[in-house]
Amino acid sequence: MSATTRREWLLSDTPASRAQARWGRRYQLWLAFRRNWLAVAGLLIVVAMLLLAIFAPLLATHDPGAQQLANRLQPPSAAHWFGTDELGRDSWSRLLYGGRVTLGMVVAVVILVAPLGLVVGCVAGYAGGLLDKVLMRVTDVFLAFPRLILALAFVAAMKPGVESAVVAIALTAWPPYARLARAETLTIRNTDYIAAVRMTGASHWRVIWKHVTPMCMPSLTVRVTLDMSSIILTAAGLGFLGLGAQPPIPEWGTMIATARRFILEQWWVPVIPGIAIFTASLAFNLLGDGLRDVLDPKQR
Amino acid sequence: MSQLPMIAIEHLDVHFGSSHVVRDISFSVAAGETFGLVGESGSGKSTVLRTIAGLNPGWDGRMAVAGQNLGPRRDRAFFRRVQMVFQDPYGSLHPRQTVDRILAEPLEVHGIADAEARIARALEEVALPHTARFRYPHQLSGGQRQRVAIARALIADPSVLLLDEPTSALDVSVQAEVLNLLSDLREARQLTCILVSHNLAVIAHLCERLAVMQGGRIVEILSEAELRAGRAKHSHTQDLIALSYELEG
Repeated sequence: MSATTRREWLLSDTPASRAQARWGRRYQLWLAFRRNWLAVAGLLIVVAMLLLAIFAPLLATHDPGAQQLANRLQPPSAAHWFGTDELGRDSWSRLLYGGRVTLGMVVAVVILVAPLGLVVGCVAGYAGGLLDKVLMRVTDVFLAFPRLILALAFVAAMKPGVESAVVAIALTAWPPYARLARAETLTIRNTDYIAAVRMTGASHWRVIWKHVTPMCMPSLTVRVTLDMSSIILTAAGLGFLGLGAQPPIPEWGTMIATARRFILEQWWVPVIPGIAIFTASLAFNLLGDGLRDVLDPKQR
Repeated sequence: MSQLPMIAIEHLDVHFGSSHVVRDISFSVAAGETFGLVGESGSGKSTVLRTIAGLNPGWDGRMAVAGQNLGPRRDRAFFRRVQMVFQDPYGSLHPRQTVDRILAEPLEVHGIADAEARIARALEEVALPHTARFRYPHQLSGGQRQRVAIARALIADPSVLLLDEPTSALDVSVQAEVLNLLSDLREARQLTCILVSHNLAVIAHLCERLAVMQGGRIVEILSEAELRAGRAKHSHTQDLIALSYELEG
């Protein structure tokens, strides 16, 4: 199929199959998204960072754990692209492997948090009454905790490490999604199209799952993307405080923490992971902003 | 008519919180009959319809469809028998679902096989082109959307159709088309209908009998012939008649 006919097939006003209608809609969204070059830049950076993290073993020039004490705190050079840290480990390789840990934590948090928030919010909003009250008060309680402090307390109670950092962040990150999903559900539940679905005799679960959640997904996706940056920062913050990834596992926040003594003399050692955190956060924010322009139902 | 009425409503009261919206309403509809509910906006006519459909929980009184009393919860068999067409075709179709998906939903819920052929036939029945099948609601006109809503209501073969001002959100030119479509479908499928409208002309066009509502009460029940002969007794009915003559000029 040539490029022009594929485009016509996607943009057809009279799709001939379910798949064509679905892909046509996605293509329309992509066209709208593509017009915002900042968002596209954000997407490219995010994809690039994920690829770098995934293919870290292939791209790393050194073993991220190999120490060379004679070679410590070197400036960037041909042998060590981003220099070396206080134990003579290659910063470029540690950055790649650190991306696996940091971005992996972010992805794990999102996988834990988004479905939980979505289900709690949709069920509360759709059911109303007592169930709504109970679920929302629980959400309020979690929302009232200062995020980093709760994460700190939680990690301190458990053993410090990547897994407990993920659980700690997830524990404090889900309430906003539940709130958002509930607010969306409240505007949807009394519409005629949901009444019409109820009149088919569908069960409550079916109504929520097949008809309510798809309407909540766009705003939730936007919110998650915009929150990615703060999750990265929290993960890095926990790492910085020594409560996230434990040495010798490379993690961007931990890398800054151990290298902060050298910020005046060998500034590149802590600055390079800082730039990585900054770039990832900024890219997720740009992407989220672009997604909001495309997906937000209130703007369409 | 000696046989059991298809729909029997006795002493129905509906409350929304502290406000008493429908007061002590009783009427019955015979099988195959079309019954009209007419009144000004706020008279409670749509509420009666939604309560029969099971969309309002706060009611008391007795309601029965096909001889079976309705409880606070409706079972799947009820929804197989009773379907509804909503007033606003722009709000009653899921904005993220294609026409195909919207029509497939009742079939999936009731476990009806042969979805492909049924959907094609349903579209044909409401005179929608096959090209509309995989479109999203926003790609259709108001009249086409209302046809989709009618097709959805009829696809699982109900015997009772509740019509909540099915034409009032449409252009005048499209209104007549949709009314004629409803009239034809009712004949072909032997449907029992309750039609809610504020428009006496629409009611007179489709209904054999009608009830006039004011302030949540039925003030008068009369036949279409009595309406046309000008034998309305209640002053509110006479006002509505005078008003509709005035509007038609």
